[in-house]
Amino acid sequence: MLGWELPPHNSGGLGVACFGLAKALSSGGVRITFVLPKKVDLKVDFMDLVFADVKEAEDLHSSYSTLWMSKTFLKAGDFPADYVRAALFYGLKIREIAAKLRADVIHAHDWLTYPAAIAAKEILKVPLVVHIHNTVFDRGCGNANRHEYEIEKRGFEEADKIVSVSNFTKNTLVERYGIAPDKIQTVYNGIETTGRKQLEPALKPMKDLGYKIVLYLGRITLQKGPDYFVKAAGKVLEYYPKALFVIAGSGDLQEQVMSEAAHLGIVGNIIFTGFLRGDDRDRIYQAADLFVMPSVSEPFGIVPLEAINNGTPVMVSKQSGVSEVLSHALKVDFWDVDEMANKILAVLNYPSLSNDLVDGGNRELPFINWNESASKCIEIYKQLIF
Amino acid sequence: MSSICLYFQVHQPLRIKKYRVFDIGYDHEYFNDVSETNLNNKKVLEKVSGKSYLPANRILLKLLKDIPGFKISYSFSGIVLEQFEKFSPQVLDSFKELVDTKKVEILSETYHHSLAFFYSKKEFEEQVEKHKRLIRRLFKVNPVVFRNTELAYTNELAQWADKKGYKAILAEGWDSFLGWRSPNFVYRPQGTKKIKLLLKNYKLSDDIAFRFSEKSWSQWPLTAEKFANWVSAINGNGQLVNLFMDYETFGEHQWEDAGIFKFLKKLPYELIKHPDNDFVTPSEAVKRYGAVDTVDVPGVVTWADSERDLSAWVGNQIQKSAIGFIYDLESKVKKCGDNTILDDWRKLQTSDHFYYMCTKWFDDGDVHKYFNPYESPYDAFISFMNAAKDLEIRVNMKKAKVKKHA
Repeated sequence: MLGWELPPHNSGGLGVACFGLAKALSSGGVRITFVLPKKVDLKVDFMDLVFADVKEAEDLHSSYSTLWMSKTFLKAGDFPADYVRAALFYGLKIREIAAKLRADVIHAHDWLTYPAAIAAKEILKVPLVVHIHNTVFDRGCGNANRHEYEIEKRGFEEADKIVSVSNFTKNTLVERYGIAPDKIQTVYNGIETTGRKQLEPALKPMKDLGYKIVLYLGRITLQKGPDYFVKAAGKVLEYYPKALFVIAGSGDLQEQVMSEAAHLGIVGNIIFTGFLRGDDRDRIYQAADLFVMPSVSEPFGIVPLEAINNGTPVMVSKQSGVSEVLSHALKVDFWDVDEMANKILAVLNYPSLSNDLVDGGNRELPFINWNESASKCIEIYKQLIF
Repeated sequence: MSSICLYFQVHQPLRIKKYRVFDIGYDHEYFNDVSETNLNNKKVLEKVSGKSYLPANRILLKLLKDIPGFKISYSFSGIVLEQFEKFSPQVLDSFKELVDTKKVEILSETYHHSLAFFYSKKEFEEQVEKHKRLIRRLFKVNPVVFRNTELAYTNELAQWADKKGYKAILAEGWDSFLGWRSPNFVYRPQGTKKIKLLLKNYKLSDDIAFRFSEKSWSQWPLTAEKFANWVSAINGNGQLVNLFMDYETFGEHQWEDAGIFKFLKKLPYELIKHPDNDFVTPSEAVKRYGAVDTVDVPGVVTWADSERDLSAWVGNQIQKSAIGFIYDLESKVKKCGDNTILDDWRKLQTSDHFYYMCTKWFDDGDVHKYFNPYESPYDAFISFMNAAKDLEIRVNMKKAKVKKHA
């Protein structure tokens, strides 16, 4: 299995998903060698870890020139950006590793590992499953980076089977990459529900004053739609002044979001917490009266499941994979700020709505688990091997 | 002797449009959706009329004229009759034509297809009276048999109907209270003197209403011959087979392609092939057959879902809080003296609004999803509560005005 990151050395959902899936696969009887691009300090007992030792400073030109990616990307004056370089180095380094390994299937997660996956397939001569958690269209919100797109497309074409995290993403692959629908199988992500920790909720003084809390948690980037969240906040506050809108996360859109809040005159009702981990994260979930994921394009979206696990009702955009698996969630189009405000206000006004969302969410959450995802992957492996 | 009693429920709710919080205080029209969705009441009524009511009426009219002993009965909600008058008078005319054969009985129910009996007896009685007046005006008949919304039944309801002089009342023939007894007899409700109870044979009724086009069912395809044989097999073990179902079974729930109209055309002929079978209306049934036993139903039994209780309407918290909110407004609404407000308030009592908020997804969920014009039960709740809040504001403003003038 080829990955790019694993928790706690992760920047987002990809590492969490790889870890959850690998763990469930392992308990389902699959022996996994997990390859990471760089050495990190990590203790995992259910699989073997191998590090490719990718150093971004190396000169790609001096390396193998026969590889498809060198031909595709290393034309003069067209030198790729940092991540693309790293992905390509990963592809070079994997050759030494793969030569020493045995495997029945290669399973690779997201474009950063695809060059490595293709190289490993050349050497090991076994079927390749590529897993897509996030396409360049999700990341760029319509403006696709050409190199990343080419790597993704090549990965999909070289794969024997593609696993997408939702039908939403499957459609993107069919429409934007021209991939045959029957080559793609949707396998939803899961969540490990370890039971709710009883923590002192965050922002208790404000809650004691009767404020209701609406939470956004995620990177503050165009893809995640924080600007729509702030616009909806503006509408909600006209009708419900005692609401606080918490934005937990960081990202390049933060300044823009702040100035939008200032423009709407609601700075006093918006709190930026920065990036939160661990108990702090759970405390803010538990403090919230509603969690909102207004993503413009979200292949899956594990965060709302974390919110439900913390007993908080959720609203998700219809442009998300998780909306396909959650029944007990409010759903809106990310651009429909009025509807977002309408629904936020309903949750703030009617405790029965909030209670039923939480009850229902808790009932369905156990069905959205990694064992379910793993058994679907094992079916795919079997079909490819036998 | 085995008599067959056919009763069809005709009802279409006035669905609430997508009504947002921003509309409160500005827009007092809750039921006038004009979108392409199934929230558009006119569109739905026209669709169901074309697919179901009109073709089924044509078939039944011919059967009533051709077969001397053939009889049927209907119960119409006031809400659906109002919509016929407004959107499709030709459908109303075709029902009148059926009633004019004198072989069709019309039952009594609440005008607004509500669950008012369980929330306000006073309001319940007013709705039943309003319904009676409408039936008299449109069909020139006086109903003598009562059926409550969703067939929701208890001893208490039967006792009320007994006092009001009804000859019969309808209920689901549910095992929980029948035990070893058969629904194919007439019974006497607990604590009543004269009224008799007619119980739906849910197995046979649902074979048509739910399973007719279900290919995974072992008895599929269901033919009129086969069904008539099942009914005739009751001879000797029962006196009466009550086949109660939604009228939309014909053409809307079960499609023409699946052969439901051919089945309907043939069924009465197949049934009377057996010399011991005949047809009765509910009031004829209780005239002909005496009660064989007393039936005790202390808790509410309905015809819905595997639970046969009210949980499809008031099972979860959003449903309970929504229906509670509406009935809490009763005295204010009635004191404010505004008939438009009263009418809107009553239209918000229609049971369908609460059914759309049902979140029992995992067992009965499919049926609920199919009948739900909203994207989710939560969306249904939000539009309902926003509209109800607007109504509350209207009532309060009216009250303020009345005070000012006084």
